Amino acid sequence: MKTVPVLVVALVPASLALAVAFGSVDLGPAQLADALLGRGDEIAREIVWGVRAPRALAGFACGGLLALAGALLQALLRNPLADPTILGVSGGAASGALAAMLLGAAAAGVNLAALAGASIAAGAVFAFSLGRSGWNPYRVLLTGVALASGFGALVGLMLSLAPSSQVQGMLFWLLGDLSPAGDPSAALVVLAACAALAFSQAAALDVLILGEDKARSLGVAVTRLQSIAFGCATLATVAAVLLGGSIGFVGLVVPHLLRLAGVHRHGVLLPLCACLGGSLLALADTLARTVVAPAELPVGVLTAMIGVPVLLVLLARLR
Amino acid sequence: MLEASGLGLSAGGHELIGALDLALAPGQCWSVLGRNGSGKTSLILALAGLRSPQAGTIALDGIALAAHRRGELARRIAVLLQDEETDFWGSVLDYVMLGRYPHSRSTWSRDGEGAALARRWLAELDLADRAAQAYRTLSGGERQRARIAQVLLQDADILLLDEPLQHLDLRHQAQVMRTLSRCASGGKTVLAALHEPGYAARHCGFAVLLYDAGRASLGRSSDMLTQANLEALYQCRLEAAGTGSFLPS
Repeated sequence: MKTVPVLVVALVPASLALAVAFGSVDLGPAQLADALLGRGDEIAREIVWGVRAPRALAGFACGGLLALAGALLQALLRNPLADPTILGVSGGAASGALAAMLLGAAAAGVNLAALAGASIAAGAVFAFSLGRSGWNPYRVLLTGVALASGFGALVGLMLSLAPSSQVQGMLFWLLGDLSPAGDPSAALVVLAACAALAFSQAAALDVLILGEDKARSLGVAVTRLQSIAFGCATLATVAAVLLGGSIGFVGLVVPHLLRLAGVHRHGVLLPLCACLGGSLLALADTLARTVVAPAELPVGVLTAMIGVPVLLVLLARLR
Repeated sequence: MLEASGLGLSAGGHELIGALDLALAPGQCWSVLGRNGSGKTSLILALAGLRSPQAGTIALDGIALAAHRRGELARRIAVLLQDEETDFWGSVLDYVMLGRYPHSRSTWSRDGEGAALARRWLAELDLADRAAQAYRTLSGGERQRARIAQVLLQDADILLLDEPLQHLDLRHQAQVMRTLSRCASGGKTVLAALHEPGYAARHCGFAVLLYDAGRASLGRSSDMLTQANLEALYQCRLEAAGTGSFLPS
């Protein structure tokens, strides 16, 4: 029981080290060590510090944000199949991004449009679900699912209209891809802030598992808690989607992995979700960069290909 | 003292309770009896401050329920709901410990005092050997007792229980009723929705009878739980049970 948190926390430096050690260019151990210490060949240093380290951290931030959002949504909606995509935020961001690509916008414009799309989706979910008597989790689910399929249709429309030269870039965005991630520092700040905010509500989230009425009777300010946690999950999802596109299954599977390993208190579950989600995505991205090097796979394809069998095994065990 | 005055409750367009005056004093044990759909659950939810009544007021120590802070209310009133989400991943002890939330909500602290109290309530309800077991693996009756232990751990002055005896076997029905009436003699206020007039008569000094069309009557159990009243309440003929019908002694 105690070994699980230790293993998960130890996986963080291990996964980041692997992500920095491997890539399309094969650096020997000596050259790698030199570059890490800031010595030796300038090209090797640039590869390690300028390319691989930011990319590893971007993967970590993205995975941590998605797993954290997934854990929060599963607690809020008391639905084991909840994951960040059900907020409709991913679909909104994808629609915005693709529209910007179709109009020939530069990377900054694509990101801005993705942010706008995500904000519209989140705003719609909130507007339909937050009534005078508080949050209605069923409406969150229904609105999110409806928006997601609406945006899915919009994405399909734009893909069919796009000139073939643009389609591949669009597909990479849709499948989740960390190669254009760039500077991960903003996402890391969002990850730290969301994790801290969610952690501060951990005990109340434990009680919320019993249902809204029971939680109220135990003294939880339920509507405030839901607002904080939904806001936190939305912010985390938006930050992750802007960094890596629609990467699936991390947000769904990571919280379940930890629960099956015996971690259920949110005070432990939430920080470990951030650690494990981050580590697993950093590792998956390392694979995505290396298996068909010098070409790259979209990391979302790998997470889904690993995530689907893992989820099926979990479901078989739960029966 | 929890007081309702002029209380009016309705659900789905039906009037359940009209103009009920009810005062629950420390040391009293109340039963709430009535047919299915007569408003027992609605009354308990309103008294717990979880639903606003359609008419009338509910006051705790003279101050309207809504004016109390949630956290403070949780230390005064505990409620056992009829239905509950059961998707809890931890052990039975973890589950019961959620009842300590109003008293100790720090994520880091190891609440040793709370854990000791929780184990005492688990032992009282015959669940001592189940403390480390996964809550999900308990039977329906065992879950019900764990839920009651959680309510008792909350250590509120007023206990509102919606069908505390559901799913329980004979032995544990009697055990839960004895525990509740001991809480009342210890100075707490107890109000329980029951379907067993025998237990109501034996363990509760007072009774609320909820009839159809918003009518209710209340008073001492000895005056209220007569054969004539119960026949009118349940709208069926009753007879003294003979062979084959037992209550635990």
